[in-house]
Amino acid sequence: MSGGIRFDSVTVAYDGNVVLDALDLTVAPGEVLALLGPSGSGKTTALRAVAGFVRPVAGRVFLGDRDVTDLPPYRRGIGMVVQQYALFPHMRVEENVAFGLKARKVAKSGIRGRVAEALEMTGMAAYAPRYPRELSGGQQQRVAIARALAIQPDVLLLDEPLSALDAQLRSGMLAELARLHRELPDVSILYVTHDQVEALTLADRIAVMDKARLRACGTPRELYRTPVNEFTASFVGNANLLPVTVSSGGVSFGGVELKTETAGAAVGARATLCVRPHLVGLGEGPNRLSGTVGEIQWRGATHRLYVDVDGHRVMADVPELRNPPAHGDAVTLHFAPEDAVLLTAGVTHD
Amino acid sequence: MLVHSRKAKWAVWTVFFLFFLPLFALPLLVVLGASFATNWSSVLPSGFTTGHYSAATRGEALQALTTSLVTALAASLLALVTGTWAALAAAALKKPYRTVLDALFMLPVAVPSVVVGLAILVAFSQPPFLLNGTRWIVIVAHTVLVTAFAHQSVSAAIVRLDPAYEQAAASLGARPSYVLWRVRIPLLLPSLTAAAGLCFALSMGELSATMMLYPPDWTPLPVLIYAATDRGALFAGSAIAVVLMAATLLVLLAVSRLRTKASYR
Repeated sequence: MSGGIRFDSVTVAYDGNVVLDALDLTVAPGEVLALLGPSGSGKTTALRAVAGFVRPVAGRVFLGDRDVTDLPPYRRGIGMVVQQYALFPHMRVEENVAFGLKARKVAKSGIRGRVAEALEMTGMAAYAPRYPRELSGGQQQRVAIARALAIQPDVLLLDEPLSALDAQLRSGMLAELARLHRELPDVSILYVTHDQVEALTLADRIAVMDKARLRACGTPRELYRTPVNEFTASFVGNANLLPVTVSSGGVSFGGVELKTETAGAAVGARATLCVRPHLVGLGEGPNRLSGTVGEIQWRGATHRLYVDVDGHRVMADVPELRNPPAHGDAVTLHFAPEDAVLLTAGVTHD
Repeated sequence: MLVHSRKAKWAVWTVFFLFFLPLFALPLLVVLGASFATNWSSVLPSGFTTGHYSAATRGEALQALTTSLVTALAASLLALVTGTWAALAAAALKKPYRTVLDALFMLPVAVPSVVVGLAILVAFSQPPFLLNGTRWIVIVAHTVLVTAFAHQSVSAAIVRLDPAYEQAAASLGARPSYVLWRVRIPLLLPSLTAAAGLCFALSMGELSATMMLYPPDWTPLPVLIYAATDRGALFAGSAIAVVLMAATLLVLLAVSRLRTKASYR
């Protein structure tokens, strides 16, 4: 087996300041793993530890079954694409793409074909003789990807690759990256991003990072449907997080009894109930919440209601309403017991 | 322009004409005027002649011009290589060592050039490094004096160089030496040529250290100008000064053309 990445309790610190705390994580060959987290969460540090630009103070980094912790970056054989692309401005597109092959002393006869192939794959073949400065941001991005792919790496590191693009280009490039991954099914991709949409769209699994630690790891569906803690719930998709107390057969939220699966949580324990806004409906139903409309936003196909329930703001995304309620109107919300997730770990309220 | 109101623009132009022109342009014009004259006793020079120029472009003066050009070229190339090397090495060092190395290279700027000249004279007048009396002592002195400027301007450029380029190159499998020659040096090229131009111009005009060191068969142009004016031949000296100015300008112009070709962004 040659592909894949494994972090074995990797810790990185600068001047005693821990920026990555004992990360254990495995990216399988051919898997797309998104490292998702806010800035300063340690996700970029984790990527740089794989690339070899930071040295862990403890732990080992493996590429396949090769321990690369002590190898310099140029001996790791990794493709990398960074936020600002870092295309060499003094080289034409084709020279940029050929750079890695020349540096590795690939035979001249082989270089031309591989450059053409990489440019073809990213749709940049027509731009081969241009200089980077003559290209748009999206085109530079494609060249950067072609340059990384030309060396035929087992592992591709993408560091916020789309954050310098505008929203429309970004969704196009997302589809493009997904297509590239289908064409290269054996390449492991480590994708660092702070954008949950990119992570949910592209990743086979998402690793959620916060404050130098791994908070959760799972498939996008798992993290979205059944988040294991408040941070994951609020960072992967929107979430209503209601402070509740576990009661028999459900939870109590400010005196209101709500039915939900409690999975053996002790009665009387503090917990957080997570309900996705689009699973909250307007009107009567099971698990009723009554409150007054604080704010209402029209979003085309939906209305977003912010409802004050017992001092807590509850979000509800409902299909566009003919006669939407106004600010201050009393409304009733409901949600199905099976749509709520009870979080008992890392509860922040008391 | 940074000023927008009509009044402010006028004020800026007035300041320019009052201070810049008399201070910077006028002395050069005077030298140019004097170089064509045999006499300057009233407001304007008189007795138009091109005789000074025919003297300034042959014989001893021509020899001195070649001497100056060769010295400046050798000194600026040597300074560029050592300065760049030192700047690259310093950039790879940790903070306290880097500061020490940078300070070391700044030393010849802080020390008056007369002192540098004297130091080199004393140091290289005895075996095993007996350079006194040869052209090499002049070239060495100029190199020492201008390396500081090369080092400083290249250091500044290295700091501005985005580390993402090196890292991208390294991740693509390029060894540090390959990264240096194919990525870093080409990206630094505009700064390198600018530094070379600066060194060349400084060396062309160097007098105070040169005075103490030059052997009879290696007289640079500034020494000749000084000697001419010292014996009262002001107009002949002016002509040589104009030749020096023109030669330096021409080379700088050529270097700057090289620079525009090499700048990518």
